[in-house]
Amino acid sequence: MTTVKPSGDKPNLPPTSRLIEVFIMGKSYKVPETLTIQKAIEWAGFQFIRSCGCRGGICGACPTIYRTKDDYKLKVGLACQTVAEDGMYLVQLPFVPVQKAIYNIEEEKATLAAIEKHYPETFRCVQCNTCTKACPMDIEVMQYIAEIIKGDYKKAAELSHSCIMCGMCAARCPAELQQFNVAMFIRRMYGRYVLPKAEHLKNRVEDIEAGKYEPMLDELQQVSSGELVKRYKEREWEPEPYEVPDWKPKDTKYL
Amino acid sequence: MGYTPEMKELIKVVEKTRPERIRKIKNGHSYPALSLEARTKVLEKFHPDYKPSGRKEILVGPNKGDKKTYPEEFVDLLHSRSRLSNIEDFEKIIEKPDYETDVLVIGAGGAGSSAALTAMNHGQKVILSTKLRQGDANTVMAEGGIQGATQEVDSPYYHYLDTIGGGHFTNDPKLVKALVTDAPLVIEWLESLGMMFDKESDGRLKVLKGGGVCRRRMHSSADMTGSEIMRVLRDEINNNPDKITPLEFSPAVELILDSAGKCMGAVLYNLETKEYYVVHAKAVILATGGFGRLHIQGFATTNHYGATADGIIMAYRAGAKHRFMYATQYHPTGAAFPEQNIGLLITEKTRTLGAEPINKHGEEFVFPLEPRDVEAASIIKECIENKNGIATPAGRLGIWLDSPMVDILRGPGTVEHALEAKHIQFMRYNIDISKEPMLIYPTLHYQNGGIEIDEWGATSIPGLYAAGEVSGGIHGENRLMGNSLLDINVFGRRSGKKASEYVSKGVKFGKPSLDHVKKYNAELKEAGLGDDSIAPMLLPDYSNPKVREKQLTALKFGTLQ
Repeated sequence: MTTVKPSGDKPNLPPTSRLIEVFIMGKSYKVPETLTIQKAIEWAGFQFIRSCGCRGGICGACPTIYRTKDDYKLKVGLACQTVAEDGMYLVQLPFVPVQKAIYNIEEEKATLAAIEKHYPETFRCVQCNTCTKACPMDIEVMQYIAEIIKGDYKKAAELSHSCIMCGMCAARCPAELQQFNVAMFIRRMYGRYVLPKAEHLKNRVEDIEAGKYEPMLDELQQVSSGELVKRYKEREWEPEPYEVPDWKPKDTKYL
Repeated sequence: MGYTPEMKELIKVVEKTRPERIRKIKNGHSYPALSLEARTKVLEKFHPDYKPSGRKEILVGPNKGDKKTYPEEFVDLLHSRSRLSNIEDFEKIIEKPDYETDVLVIGAGGAGSSAALTAMNHGQKVILSTKLRQGDANTVMAEGGIQGATQEVDSPYYHYLDTIGGGHFTNDPKLVKALVTDAPLVIEWLESLGMMFDKESDGRLKVLKGGGVCRRRMHSSADMTGSEIMRVLRDEINNNPDKITPLEFSPAVELILDSAGKCMGAVLYNLETKEYYVVHAKAVILATGGFGRLHIQGFATTNHYGATADGIIMAYRAGAKHRFMYATQYHPTGAAFPEQNIGLLITEKTRTLGAEPINKHGEEFVFPLEPRDVEAASIIKECIENKNGIATPAGRLGIWLDSPMVDILRGPGTVEHALEAKHIQFMRYNIDISKEPMLIYPTLHYQNGGIEIDEWGATSIPGLYAAGEVSGGIHGENRLMGNSLLDINVFGRRSGKKASEYVSKGVKFGKPSLDHVKKYNAELKEAGLGDDSIAPMLLPDYSNPKVREKQLTALKFGTLQ
């Protein structure tokens, strides 16, 4: 087998690759098989302005609604992560209209009342589970909404953590919830008020603000380049906790 | 889908050597790290930066005459003329602003967002312009973590040493000092904004190592650390609509200076209505990110669709020098299979959690946590020189990244939790990375260099600041893992503060001018350049060339229709 030269982002099609038919917004285009929906649309001749972002499955710009051949089911996937199939009908959703709550995090509390105030529609959930089926990240959306309705910030925050805020849950919800927005509110409130604060971080910040490390860093800027390299080479290497638990460095002068 | 039968056979070889490798690691006998001298050797022979082909000299502007050569894709942009081809028309409209503000922030990724929030907190009105959606940036794609010496066994002193050694002692020392000093401050700020850091039950921040660092200093939010930072910053900005005005799908295409050379705004281009907007501002912060989408040396990239080096081009025309642009970062572990994921980032956290790069004979061949350039060069060497790579059905080569080791070393379920986004991504192709290794190859990841700044993000142009990947010097020739999510916040905040102080002192402006653009165009003409290309590029063109040939009446200006 000969290896190929790198070619940027261009798909490297196997020699046996055949053309398939996809219906982009209902219109037929022939594209090579194995491409993602995103690359198939580009192959067809489009240049994206909307509906394309990180091209790596994490930004939420390219949710796509589609049906595959001989299947009544309406499916949802990220265009950059879903392989185009023969006979697929698809459309991309560039934007989901929502109204984000405006709040001052300093003045909020992690309570049920806060959810009622900012996202009262959350309580209209009819438990149809459409949101979960619509999530391209396979998040248990309806489940985290249930936790929010109970006021369980921890569970809701953890369950929704991998949300990429593409908005498909809100677009498909018959009860008109804004799942991804209320989850964003919940996660920030959880991070701010429920998770315990890092005490050691507070101490370190105080030390820095008191100027504790200024002389050490100035010293590093003043030493000769040979001395700097020497100190770099001689740094003590912290082992992993599964190698040595509760490790302490021998040299504590610069801590 | 999933691995082919041939690949599955090869995975058995990896599985066979795994128990012995695990035993060695547990006894503290990991594959040894290279000496500084050995690092240099592998870099010179195998790192793509050291290839003489694909590089060019810069013939115009402030860096003309540099002895270094630069990636030709980047130089070609510097050698391109302005989008403002009918410049006389623009000279008329720049006197009548569509928007007036205290601070204009260009770019709404992590650096732009932290700059906007800081300027706001210092009492400034802010316009936040961005090419795509607010938050569309490489920040969301950063997975592994953010560095900061927050633990008792660590300190900014060691963070400084790691950073400057990782950059081959080329970094600007005063920028490194700012970076490591502010790191814990930034982490506390993000904590106060409600970011979900991975923590122990008592609130202690969980930390891991990264390549080339001597202490555990990487803070994370699963493997979506950048995504979490970005959505928190964006949410906070959108809680202040009367103070910060985001302008989406409106990239800046040229800076506006006044007659005395002070920066006083920018011309924006509405990608949807094709209008140009004029913004007058008392100070401008550039946070447009890097150049991954230029596909340097033909490499696939981990970068966002919009990473086309716009800011550095605009600032260069206005007279701002760049540095370290000759050094490009190739992330050691980009996906090499499946073909649909080609070049996508596999976070370094996979290796910090214990996964080793393994060749086709099931052997280790490199210390898993070398600085990135050394790790990447070693992987290329193993594939090209030692011929120990694994071939994919599409004809690419790769090396195994033995992710199942993570659950064995750190307990079942670690992969699914600590690498949740990667786990989901590969499950889509029926590959369970907690049970099967990933196939990887280096991928274009980061622009190590950028616009020259001081420790407050100030450029050589009065009133123009730069933060994040668009700036250069912090990382020297090679950035370490976790120092980018850090630098966007450190220098975003610093430039936001300094720009605010500059504005608060009161600035007087002369007539708005594009003379710097005219002068640059003239310089290009004299050098016989700029006839056929337009910059900033704004978006790469991935449309089908065969289709393009038939678009006989479509007008293309640069890469955009």
